[in-house]
Amino acid sequence: MKRTPTVGEVLQAKGVSRRGFLKYCATTASILALPPSMIPRIAEAIENARRPSVIWLSFQECTGCTESLTRSASPTVEGLIFDAISLDYHHTLQAAAGDQAEAARHAAMEENDGGYLVLVDGSIPLGNPGFSTIAGISNVDMLKETVAGAAAVVSIGSCAAFGGIPGADPNPTGAVSVGELVTDKPVINVPGCPPIPMVMTAVLTQFLTFGTLPELDKLGRPLAFYGKTIHDRCYRRPFYEQGKFAESFDDKGAKAGWCLFKLGCKGPMTYNACATTKWNSGTSFPIESGHPCLGCSEPGFWDLGGFYEPLSTGNFDSGEKLAGAAVAGVALGVAAAAAGRRRQAKFTKEG
Amino acid sequence: MTSLEGIQAAAFPFHGNVRPILNEVTHALDRLLETGEATVIDLAGLPFGPGELEYLEASLGTGELSATLDALGTSCIRETAFPGVWWLEHRNALDEVVGRYLEITRTPEILSSQEADIVAGRARLGDQLGN
Repeated sequence: MKRTPTVGEVLQAKGVSRRGFLKYCATTASILALPPSMIPRIAEAIENARRPSVIWLSFQECTGCTESLTRSASPTVEGLIFDAISLDYHHTLQAAAGDQAEAARHAAMEENDGGYLVLVDGSIPLGNPGFSTIAGISNVDMLKETVAGAAAVVSIGSCAAFGGIPGADPNPTGAVSVGELVTDKPVINVPGCPPIPMVMTAVLTQFLTFGTLPELDKLGRPLAFYGKTIHDRCYRRPFYEQGKFAESFDDKGAKAGWCLFKLGCKGPMTYNACATTKWNSGTSFPIESGHPCLGCSEPGFWDLGGFYEPLSTGNFDSGEKLAGAAVAGVALGVAAAAAGRRRQAKFTKEG
Repeated sequence: MTSLEGIQAAAFPFHGNVRPILNEVTHALDRLLETGEATVIDLAGLPFGPGELEYLEASLGTGELSATLDALGTSCIRETAFPGVWWLEHRNALDEVVGRYLEITRTPEILSSQEADIVAGRARLGDQLGN
């Protein structure tokens, strides 16, 4: 394996001071959702970390995940590519194309055998290999060939993690997730449509910093970001506890920023970090913009019923009862989350 | 505003996410005074509604000392109106905020000259003198 410079060496060569390095470590702790007390340990680890080779494969996808990644502010995608990782193959971002691009992929696989990361966005069609090809290679063949020498695979976005929109009913291409095909390597799911940029960079940063993979939940998602529901961390939660709900998108409650539960918010059953990490460099997130959470980081979110249908439909037959129950907010939260999980379990079972 | 007691409950508009943080700051100040232990609160991990972060910043006010760090983008390190409570804001080279912290300490570590930088600076000065 070729000798790659450490991140400390790269930053030092760029004339970054120790203060700058400490700042880098502080923001890294934030990215990894680690307490600031971990900064000294992060500093020590980063100084000696070597830039891992990364191969990014794009299959049945819309490029929204890459669009999201390029909006990462901490680190920026340029900083990530030039300082922290060696991005050796990525259709959209690389200058090379065709045979040259494929040669770069093979060279990265050979030089870093057993140690590189494979990032995949998009689902893989099994219905017909011709549904999606790259350089004449079917998605499934390219995936199997590339992951053979990988240390781990990261499924970026809900399509790669769970099948996503290509896999939605009636799934015309026979789309499957990465995890359904790769069973002999660690697979980390980073779902979302798209995922939050910082969550994507965090997984890479964790691997870079500690050489380990993050702790995962039962769906293979990093617990640091998917350990709590949107509802748990929502700034509108106090309104939920008070039973104050928007009933339509232009009513008094909507204008006052009340809870969007009755407008179909899937926050109580959706595990993601949008409510705190937010989007566009921390500017906002869907609920802050007045729209219910769609639950895009959950398996089969596209087929889980209407986006504007309250989670409690079937449990509550009138707004008054809903509001009344919500006064005892936590109880309703449990009921709503349970209803969501029931639907999800049903989907997962049938899917 | 000179004391946290001066901030009344009625003065907390929005969604109620500011007061718990100020309470946490008072506990951190107690710890600093009693044991010398510093605390860092990463504001990126906490929920804020529209305007609440600005309200928190305004509630803490501005103290006597502020500094600007120019490394991998600009950082602002400012003591708030409450001595020992520092507001740190890190920006990247594109001037986007990449981290906001409250440090409850006597001096934030990032303000101190760092050993490695002192060594490098000493070597540079020696080169200039031809030593």
